[in-house]
Formats: sequence, C-alpha cells, structure tokens
Amino acid sequence: MLILENILLAFHSLRANKMRSLLTMLGIIIGIASVIAIMTLGDSLSKSVTDSMSSMGANNVTVGLQQKSTTTEVTGSGMTFSFGPRMTKMQEKDYVTEEMLSDLKTRYAHSIEGYSLSENIGSGTAQHGAKYAYVNAEGVNDANLKNLDLTLLAGRFLTERDQKEGRKVVLVSDLLVKNMFDGNSMEALEQTVDILFKNRYYTYTIVGVYQYEESSMGFSSTSEEDTETMMYLPLKTAKDQNHNTMGYSQFTILTASGVSASEFCDTVETYMNQKYYSDNNSFEISAMSMESIVKSMTEMLSTVALVIAAIAGISLLVGGIGVMNIMLVSITERTREIGTRKALGATNGSIRLQFIMEAIVLCLIGGALGILLGIGIAAVATKMMGYAVSPSVNGILISVSFSVFIGVFFGYYPANKAAKLHPIEALRYE
Amino acid sequence: MSERMIELKGIVKRFYIGMPNELEILHGIDLEVKRGEFVSIVGSSGSGKTTMMNIIGILDRPTEGEYQLDGVDVAKAKDKELSFIRNQKIGFVFQTYNLIGRTSALKNVELPMLYAGIGRRERKERAKELLEMVGMEERLSHNPDELSGGQKQRVAIARAMANDPAIILADEPTGALDSKTGRMIMDIFHKLNQEQKKTIVLITHSQELAQETGRIVTLKDGEIIGERRGERC
Repeated sequence: MLILENILLAFHSLRANKMRSLLTMLGIIIGIASVIAIMTLGDSLSKSVTDSMSSMGANNVTVGLQQKSTTTEVTGSGMTFSFGPRMTKMQEKDYVTEEMLSDLKTRYAHSIEGYSLSENIGSGTAQHGAKYAYVNAEGVNDANLKNLDLTLLAGRFLTERDQKEGRKVVLVSDLLVKNMFDGNSMEALEQTVDILFKNRYYTYTIVGVYQYEESSMGFSSTSEEDTETMMYLPLKTAKDQNHNTMGYSQFTILTASGVSASEFCDTVETYMNQKYYSDNNSFEISAMSMESIVKSMTEMLSTVALVIAAIAGISLLVGGIGVMNIMLVSITERTREIGTRKALGATNGSIRLQFIMEAIVLCLIGGALGILLGIGIAAVATKMMGYAVSPSVNGILISVSFSVFIGVFFGYYPANKAAKLHPIEALRYE
Repeated sequence: MSERMIELKGIVKRFYIGMPNELEILHGIDLEVKRGEFVSIVGSSGSGKTTMMNIIGILDRPTEGEYQLDGVDVAKAKDKELSFIRNQKIGFVFQTYNLIGRTSALKNVELPMLYAGIGRRERKERAKELLEMVGMEERLSHNPDELSGGQKQRVAIARAMANDPAIILADEPTGALDSKTGRMIMDIFHKLNQEQKKTIVLITHSQELAQETGRIVTLKDGEIIGERRGERC
C-alpha cells in the first residue's frame, strides 16, 4: 500500500481522537520547543557576540610582549600557573622597536596593511574655566585613527603634520563638548583645554570633535557628566609627554583583506620570537586576533547551549514514551479494526506500516508545533535581551529528524504488536 | 477454471496441540462447493461451524487435510499469500458488521481495494456503484455510528463485494437484526447469487434461514451429519 494512503489514514485516525492526540503530542511539543528555544538562543547570542566583536576589528592581530615562563604547572582544576623569573621590569632592549616593525612589514608586505600604534597617557581631568570633564588620553598613529572609524562632527582629524611635529592638538568627544562648551562643537574648536595628568597640567588645542558611542558591550554605570571619554592626540605628542623613547610594548597589525588573522598570529609570533627574542630570557612576543577570541568564545557558547539542549532532550524521551504508551492503548482499542483489516486482506506489513506512520505523523506534527513554539519563545527572549534572533537551522533539522526517529523507535513496538495479532483472535476481541 | 470453488478434504482442526487440554474441534470434514452455489452450513453452538468458517475464510489453517479454494492450494500458502487470497477471493460478512469506526461508508467499502492497490479514483467509483447496488447511495459519507444495523450490514456486503471475490462468506449475517431487516439482507444475498452468480457460503444456526439456500450442510460435533436441498429454494 502506498505511503501516502497511510499518511492520510494516520491523519484521519489522529483527527478522530483530537484531545488524546494533542495531549500525546504535548510531550513532543515541549521537548522540541525547549531544544529549539535553547539552541536558537545560543545561536543568536553567539551571533551577536561575533558581530559586536567583529565590529571591533576581527582582522586585527594584537601583538604584545609577555613574560617568558620557565615552568608551567597545570592544577587539577585546569588552571595554569606559570613560575618564571621574578616579574622583571621591561628594559629598553625588551621593547619592540620601529626597526622591528619595518622589518616585519617588509617580510610580510602582502599580509600587513599597516600598524595601529598607540601610547596611552592615562586618565585625567580636562578643565576649561570652571567646567570640567574626565578623559582618557591616548596617542594614536594615523592607521590607528582610521581603524577606530570615528564619526567626525566638527573640525578635522589629526594630520600627518600633527603626527610628525608632535603638535599638542586633540580630538575630543561630543560628550566632553556638551559638558564644557554647552554642546556647541563649533565653539569648542581651536579652544585650549588644560588637562591634569598625575598632578601636572598639560595644555592642548581642540581640532576636532567626534561622536561618542556607547560601548555595545556592557553598561556604563556613571552618569553622562561623569563618563570618561577618549581623547586622541598624535602618537609622537603622547610619547614625548611620557618621555618614552624605547618603543612599543604592544601594537596592532591591520591585516590585508583575505588574510586569516588567526593564522597570521602564529606566523608573526614565530618570526618575531625567532629573530628578536630567542636570546631574551625575560620576554617573548605573543600575538592574538579578535577572530581567534571570537572563535573560541562562540565555540564555548555553543557547547554550553548544546549541553543544555541535550538535557532538554530528555523531555523528548519522556514525550516519546508517551507516544508509545498511547499507541499501545490505541492498538488494544482497535484490535477488532485490526482483525477486520486483516480479514479484508491487509498484510502484517501494511498493518505495521499503518501504525508506525501514525506514530511518525503524531511526532512530526508535535515536532512542527514544537519548532514554532520554540522559535517563538526564543524570539521573545532574545528580543528582551536586545539581540537579533537567528533561528537555529541545525536545531530545526535535528528536531525534525529526531521527531521521525522517535516516531519510528517508539512506534515500532506497538505497530509490530498490532501486525502480529492473529486475525481470528483480533476479530473476536471484545 | 475449476467448477469446484471450495474443496475440503479430511480437514482436522485441533487446538492446544501437545498440551494436556488438547482439543479436536473438526474431525475430518469433506466438503465441495460448486461455482455459483448458495450453500448454508448449519449447526448449533459448539458444533464447530465457526472454526470451519475460519478455515474456509483462511483466517486459520487446518491441522490436517487439504483445502483448495478456486484452484489454489491454500494449505501450502505463506501468510503473505493468504492475505492476498483473502483480499482477492473472499468477501466477509460478519454478524457484528465489523465496519471501521469513524470512517465513512464509502471509505469502508474502499478498504479492500486499498489493500489491493487500486487507484484512488477507481476505488471511489467502484465503492459508489457497490453502495448503490445495496441501496445505500444516500449514505455514502455517513460513519457507521450514524447507520442502523441493517444499513451497516448492507455497507458490509458492499465491502465484501469490493474486489469481486470468488466467494462470499457470511457468518450469521442476520443474527443481530430484526426479522424485517434480516429479510432485506437475505434478499440482497439472493440477488447476488442469482444475478451475479456469486458463490455464497452462509453460516447460521437458524434452520429457517437455511431453508432458503440451495444446499444445507448440517454440522454436529465437528462432523458433517447430513446434506439436503433447501425447501424454499
């Protein structure tokens, strides 16, 4: 007999017992819904994390110096402790020099688009008359400034001449302008501000105002007036101010498009360590990319989601047992029908197929409703958390095939029991 | 084509074989039914007529003996083949109708054709014709619980005719009906026998009903004790 006929037959007998079918399906619905909801939630979460971290520069490779460790001990809980030489202060020979940078750039000209360099001065208080604002000043080079992707509201960016001559010019946020110049950006331009860093005043001229963007990660607990905003000045200016002539303890490589940042990390690390730091017994180069961080983070998230989904999957098992139970009841109830069908020429195989199909259809409808419910729950939950929903395609595929599997698995035993009934006994069953 | 529709030779049926309560119901039945005959098998309860019907309807296998149905050796057939033979050669009419519940009259009649693998449109057409034949054309989409006993039995007869079987096997078809509707059912059987030359085997405990049939086979304690022509045939 045709599969299609059996599917129609299954629908027919499920419709005949609406309430019972629905209650039986409920187990499957809840099981599938929870699996889908959790997997969708996990997917949405990791997608949001990936997106927001990618916007912070997935193609950047951050290179820094770290203490060399001589012995490493892994504790039972998996924590790693390193025992190296006593934390040594960085000396001039340890820093990454301009020469090293240009050497690296020549060596990997195709992969490196530029260096994003910075020199942090630290937090300070900007003052103008009686008004004040909190800033964090950082010297940046041209590539860094471009990479920051700031939106200029007034004035200009830092120029090549600013960089070269180490001029005392700065870019400030519109939040600072709001606090100190009543929000008038045009008035703020060309004004000088005195900034207090570590008990010393420095004077800068404002040349540009950029739009402050609230960080997408985390929340700011301070009020608008007290928020510390970034203030950007030429790299040379910052270095001069810090009296730093030694080099960089950290820099960022902007990789060319098409270069895998996470792979390039290893290349840089190996090259730099072999060439410059092999006989340095305190420090070594360590490179990492946002890409690899994002990767490990999403991996972790999906593992967690998968584990929870597996736990939710247990309710699917319970649902499946419910299906089996109701199929057994149904077969006892319909013993005479089975006997009649056999008398009319149904083979054992067609009886078996009929009841397995009924179980599968039951589970599939339950599965479909569960998927809708699960996506619904996930949509509401992600919306409340402020992420975009991305339905887990994997979850849906797994759920559908799992529903069919449950139907076959838990439907087979009752169906086989029905198929093996002796026609006479079935016909005479009261 | 063989003239003999049913040929039973030395049919023995035992239950609980090899156990202390082993029971022999049929002690060696020989019976022939010719094509186009209307035969009744009569016997009081416990005479073995139900067991005999099960064997004729190949719902059960005999312990010993030979059975040829329309030239097919049934005793040697496999289960799957038996299903096929039941489907193609036998039309059952039960005392308790045995219609499939919550399923329309039309679908009930279609059922044997479904198992025969006949296409949807053809099934529906033939089912309609058959229901028309038994005077049920007004009740095509009614479910069994919306039909009276006589109507149910008429649907059951239409269903038995679905695959144009070699024999119709009716087990106390009027047993649950009042005399008037019972009469109507018997008239349908006569019509099928006369107009379509269907071979009909009627199993009953009622002598009166048996008198209408062409031949009466009387069964007692698992043996055929007599054969005679029906008086009102």
